[in-house]
Parts: sequence; C-alpha cells; structure tokens
Amino acid sequence: MSILALVKRIFHQMLRDKRALALMMVAPLLVLTLLNYLLAGNTVNPRLGVIDADEKLVERLEENNIVVLQVDENTKDNLMNKDLDGILEFIGEEISLTLTNDQPNAAKALQVKVQQAIAAEKAKEQAANLSAFMETIQSKLPGVPVKMEQVNAPDINTSYIYGNKDTTFFDQLSPILVGFFVFFFVFLISGIALLRERTTGTLERLLATPILRREIVFGYLLGYGLFAVIQTIIVVTYAVNVLDITLVGSFWNVVIINLTLALVALSLGILLSAFANSEFQMMQFIPIAIIPQVFFAGIFPFESMAGWMQVLAKCMPMYYGGSALVDVMYKGLGLRDIRNDLFVLLGFALVFIVLNIVALKKYRKI
Amino acid sequence: MSSTIVIKDVSKSFGKKIVLNKVSLTVESGSIFGLIGPSGSGKTTLVKLIVGMDSPNQGNVQVLNTAVPNLKLLQKIGYMAQADALYSDLTGEENLAFFASLFKLKKKAQKERIAYAADLVNLTTDLKNKVENYSGGMKRRLSLAVALIQDPEILILDEPTVGIDPELRQSIWAELYRLKNAGKTILVTTHVMDEAEKCDRLAMVRDGEIITSGSPAELKKQYGISSLEEVFLKAGGKQ
Repeated sequence: MSILALVKRIFHQMLRDKRALALMMVAPLLVLTLLNYLLAGNTVNPRLGVIDADEKLVERLEENNIVVLQVDENTKDNLMNKDLDGILEFIGEEISLTLTNDQPNAAKALQVKVQQAIAAEKAKEQAANLSAFMETIQSKLPGVPVKMEQVNAPDINTSYIYGNKDTTFFDQLSPILVGFFVFFFVFLISGIALLRERTTGTLERLLATPILRREIVFGYLLGYGLFAVIQTIIVVTYAVNVLDITLVGSFWNVVIINLTLALVALSLGILLSAFANSEFQMMQFIPIAIIPQVFFAGIFPFESMAGWMQVLAKCMPMYYGGSALVDVMYKGLGLRDIRNDLFVLLGFALVFIVLNIVALKKYRKI
Repeated sequence: MSSTIVIKDVSKSFGKKIVLNKVSLTVESGSIFGLIGPSGSGKTTLVKLIVGMDSPNQGNVQVLNTAVPNLKLLQKIGYMAQADALYSDLTGEENLAFFASLFKLKKKAQKERIAYAADLVNLTTDLKNKVENYSGGMKRRLSLAVALIQDPEILILDEPTVGIDPELRQSIWAELYRLKNAGKTILVTTHVMDEAEKCDRLAMVRDGEIITSGSPAELKKQYGISSLEEVFLKAGGKQ
C-alpha cells in the first residue's frame, strides 16, 4: 500500500520531468547511434610509398587495399608531403619499413599486411624454384615419374563460432553499452531523486509517517525499476531494429539482465546518495563508481588483465552484466548459461538494499 | 486530565556537543503547549525525539502512554517540520493525496480529509497548481495541511507560522484553538513571543535546558514582569 503510493508518486514526478525522462529514454539512443556510425565507418586505405619494390609485390599489396606510390627517397619529408603511412625500401636483400605511426593501430595493421605480402611473394618464388628444381631432377632421371602438384597459395576456409565476417567491434561493444546506459541513467536519476528527498526534508517527513524503512527502499526500486524496464525495451528495440545490432539470443533475456543491472544501479544510487549533500556531490561519484565499471564490462578482455585487476573486475557489477549481455546478444546463449552472472548481480543488489534499509536509520531509529 | 506527552530526564548529544541536558516536561491532553527559545537552543531536537525520528542518549519519552519510538504512534501524530518538505513538482492535491495514502486512508476518507485540510489553510482553489508555483506562505500552509491530513490526535508543529503573513497567522491560530477544543493536543515551537502568549502552557528552552515553565500568566507573575520577552531574558539570566 505504502509502496504503491510511493510508486505512484514517482510516476507522477517522472512523467512531469520531461528532461529526466528524455535523458533516460532518448539520450542512450543518441549515443548508440553516434557510436554505431563512428565504429562501423569504412576504414581509410593506408598509403604506402615503395622504393625499388618488385612489381609482383606491389600488385599483391594493392590487392590488399594498400595504395602504393613509387617514391625516390626514404625521408620524413616524403612521408609527410605525400601523406604516406609508411615507406617500404628494398636495398638488395635488406628490407626496411618506416612507419609514420601517428595512429598505432593503423600502423600495426599496415605492418602486418606488408609482412604478409612479402612472405607470400617469397613463398611463391620458392615454390617456383622448387618446381624448376624438380623438373631438372626429372629430366636427369628419366623413367622415374615424380608427380608434383601445382603449387597454389593455400585457401583458408574461415568459419565463425560467433558472429560472421561482417561482424564489427560495435557488435561486441553494443551489448555492453546497452547495459551500461541502463546502469548509468538509472543510477543517476534514482540517486538524485532520493538525494532531493533528503535535502528538501521530504524524506524526514516521509519517515514521520508509519511507513517502514524497507517500504521506502522497495517503493523506489519498483518505481524507478519500471522506468528501467521501459528504457531497456526502447534501447534494445532501437539497437536491434534500427541500428541492426546483432541480437542472437532472446530479447526477453536481455530485458531480464538489464532489469537486474538496473536493480543494482538503483540500490547503489540511492545508497551513495546518502553520502552526498548536493547534486554536484552526486555527480562526483560518477568517475569513482561508474566510469571504472565500463572498463571491466568486457571492452578489454578479462584474460589479459593482471591478476589483481581480475580481482577488481570481479567486484564490479558491470563485469557480470556485460558478460551476460555479450553472451545473450552476441553469442546467443540462453538463460541457463547466464544464470550465475544474474545470481551475482542479485547478490550485489541484495547487499545494497540491506545497506539502504540500515542507512535510513540515520533519519528514523525505528 | 491525562498527560499526552511525558519526557523524563532526556539528554541528547551529537558528538561532544550536548544539545539537550536532562530535559523533563509534560504536555496535558487537549492543550496547546509552547516551546520557546532562540534558534539552536535544542527545540527541534526535542521535537524529533518526541516524534521518534531520533532517540535520546538518556532518559525516556512517552507519548499516549507508549514508549517512543513506535511506528503505530506515528499514525496519531501530525508532524510539521521546519522545512516545508513538499514535492515541488507535484500539485498541492497530489502532495496531500500522497501523504494521505501513507497514512493508509481509504479513497473516500482521503477525499474528505484533503477537502477539509485544504479548506482549513485556504488553499482549495490552488490545489491543482504545482507547488513550485506557490508562494512561501502557501507552501507553509500546505505543509500544515499535510500535518493534519490523517486527523491526528497530536499535532507537533515546528515553527508553523514562520513566513506567514499576520492575517493568515491569525487564522491558523484560530484553527489551532478549534482543534484544541476538539480534543487535540498541540505542541508548537516558536521564537516569536506574541505567539507564546497564545499557548496554554510554556516551556522556555535555552542551551538545551528548560529554564522555566508554566502558563504565560504564571510566568509573568513569578517574575513580576508584564511581557514574556522580559521573562525569557530574566529567566535566562542575561538581563
């Protein structure tokens, strides 16, 4: 009864606060759209200058989407003026590659491509040498048939367990982002709402009624939780239907995960609001409590983290949320596979909820 | 006449600061009791102890023969804090309805009480407006209406008339008298002396201690002075 009164009030307030509503429902769509176009954009073909390069190698490089230009000298001026990403120079047997390296990722990719092209050319040359050698032997040993298969560049049939050849980084990133938005906005809006109750004195007045402390916490969870559900449905529907993000698993499993995440964010938000005296102080929790969550949500691979970082990751709710979301949206796993993540998240929520109920004792001892 | 509020040897300190020091007082049923004292004298802390928002370090508080804090007791106490404590993004009516449902009033009773309380504080025509558009006085009045919403037996009002114009103050006091005659017990804190005159009994608070108490007439007689203000200064020994 009291819980429902609280839920009704939160609905009144939220529906009237158009800005907060827009922040919760529209802002995630905007950010997702921007990221989608940023990350899915075509990569620019790298430009490579070559000196004394074999024609066949140049051809192979061009096949690999590298723009090849003949230059006369390996100088910085040449690199800069011709807007090159690198210069490949052959001096006899020596090969030297100078990379601009203004964007290390692109430079690495170019380096790998060049190495592959050179290796492939070398292999082809050797294969040709070998068959010539065989022919020579055969002509010297008539009557002994030495069968030789045509030497071809090996063809690799690539198949993918998850995703396909068109999968981009965004496909793996978007599940994490969808979860993070829910986490972030629910944290902020519920935390600030309860903070406002503290600062305006309405919380005290609320506690001067026979309402139980836990009813306040559950009222908040339910009221803002319902908005989190709506937010999740809007964000996921938009991401899947408009942005064409991969969703292999069940839509409703995504909603369940996000709802659990929202529960953690809600209870964490209202808990931390107890330690803030103003909206600005609430914002100060963002770099401490929210931003690090993103790093551990699966954007950086868990396996490559240092041991103590892995321990840290396991203390972050977003680590479990991100992993469950990637499992469902990208890998198409079912509820059985993500239940452990869900249980841990519910555990976080439970701890925060209990702490909240205890923290309200500051305002009323009973 | 029975005692509605009984406070015995109550002490309260926040850290090292002693806010209340062995305070004892009794509020009789059906009377208006005034707590007078300057800001920071411990009035609000005392009020919070009576409502049960805070618990004393020593001593005990009993309201309606029940030890405080007690949740059921809160149903019978109308509390108006110093801050207006209203939801400014809701209308006056929504504020009243919200608190009415926290006191578990049924739909029909809610309507009646909202109409009654709004009429009492002269806000009937403004009920549909958002509180953020209210003036300071209107907010104070709405806050009083919230304290009355569940028809409580006891009213505890922390500085109810601050920021209210004289005319309305008059009408609020007239209503407090009416409530008193209906058998309610009212505890008011104030630092305005002319309001103290209107109480049945007074307790003067300074630095966490009750320096003197009695009816306004008794106090004046005791100190042989005609104005309560002087009584206050004299009793405080700062004359």
